[in-house]
Amino acid sequence: MYNFEFKQPKTISEALTALKSDEAQALAGGQTLIPTMKQRLASPSSIVSLSEIPEMKGICKNDDGSISIGGGTTHADVANNSNIFPGLVTLAENIGDAAVRNRGTIGGSLANNDPAACYPAAALSTGATIITDAREISADDFFQGMFETALDEGEIILSVRFPVPSLSSYQKFIQPASRFAMVGVFLSNFDNGIRVAVTGASEEGVYRWVEAEGALKDNFSESALNDLLIEPKGIIGDIHASKEYRAHLIKVMTKRAVKSAS
Amino acid sequence: MPDVKMIVNGKKVSGFVECRTLLVEFIRNDLQLTGTHVGCDTSQCGACAIHVDGKLVKACTMLALEANSCEVSTIEGQANDDGSLNFIQQAFKDHHGLQCGFCTPGMVMATADLLKTNSKPTELEIRDHLEGNICRCTGYHNIVKAILAASGQDTSHIAAE
Repeated sequence: MYNFEFKQPKTISEALTALKSDEAQALAGGQTLIPTMKQRLASPSSIVSLSEIPEMKGICKNDDGSISIGGGTTHADVANNSNIFPGLVTLAENIGDAAVRNRGTIGGSLANNDPAACYPAAALSTGATIITDAREISADDFFQGMFETALDEGEIILSVRFPVPSLSSYQKFIQPASRFAMVGVFLSNFDNGIRVAVTGASEEGVYRWVEAEGALKDNFSESALNDLLIEPKGIIGDIHASKEYRAHLIKVMTKRAVKSAS
Repeated sequence: MPDVKMIVNGKKVSGFVECRTLLVEFIRNDLQLTGTHVGCDTSQCGACAIHVDGKLVKACTMLALEANSCEVSTIEGQANDDGSLNFIQQAFKDHHGLQCGFCTPGMVMATADLLKTNSKPTELEIRDHLEGNICRCTGYHNIVKAILAASGQDTSHIAAE
């Protein structure tokens, strides 16, 4: 790892100022960034740690029933919070391992937008809103392809607002070495519709499986998905799973999500 | 170089580090507490697992400066005050929960973390909590047995010794 300058601001405004310097990089829980820097795939000249900013941590229920989670909230804190709905609890408690969950944060996961990360599926499926220091971004506009998001340089995720679905489930087929999703499906059932988000599968990163949403709207059962076909084109293929295998898994995991939604 | 201060196993320590110094490097090289191991250096194996402010973390994936002003516990702080093995360490010894011993510091720290919030974990809960700790000798069986025993539970249904 190349050396860098390290800053640990205590407030959001101090962090934003620090991030204005050239090649400054925000550090959330560091569970991706530190390994990336060790491999010299990233070599920022300045690291701005966001882990000591109290205003970016915590979970609260809003008046409209939605839930806000601070960008600096760890996966462990999400998994153990009683306000969180079932699909999101399952998701948070199965990220990485116990030690990783004590450091990794929701803001870090969303900002990184790893194509096999779990949180992007929850944000896109529930139609969450990502709140930054500058604006509010709908999850539909936030994810812009593998490792790409709508965030500008130096823009940080302060919190994420999740509408609470009446039924939800997250089903992850774990890649056992990395604990990332080989394929993960987040299903949210709202009064006004169903949203299905798929992670781990597409070369474009997280996406909505619109055909499944339509089929499930008319018939919320596993059998509603039987006739849907997923082409392997554009699906990730690697030594862990071929394109065809991942394409097959998408339907399997979506069926499991329908069956287990609560 | 910036200075860093923390409390490690109850003692105040300080030092000067490069910003890129990992917490595990500070603990092993500067403090000479070499019980915390580096197995993979890629956050997979858990041999470097320690507690920072009471939370289990991988010390290879945290900067020393991120632990500034924190309370840190390592394997060296686990024994009883008289130097005898604590109940987790003793159970690992009694039930052959280690062979080469390289992963053991991390296993003991992960176990201490588990038992803090779950005093009678099931076998499944134990295995789930050890997801981030890799052992290449034991096949995990006797580690699970040791943890069941450390939490005062029956181990007779765990077959192998």
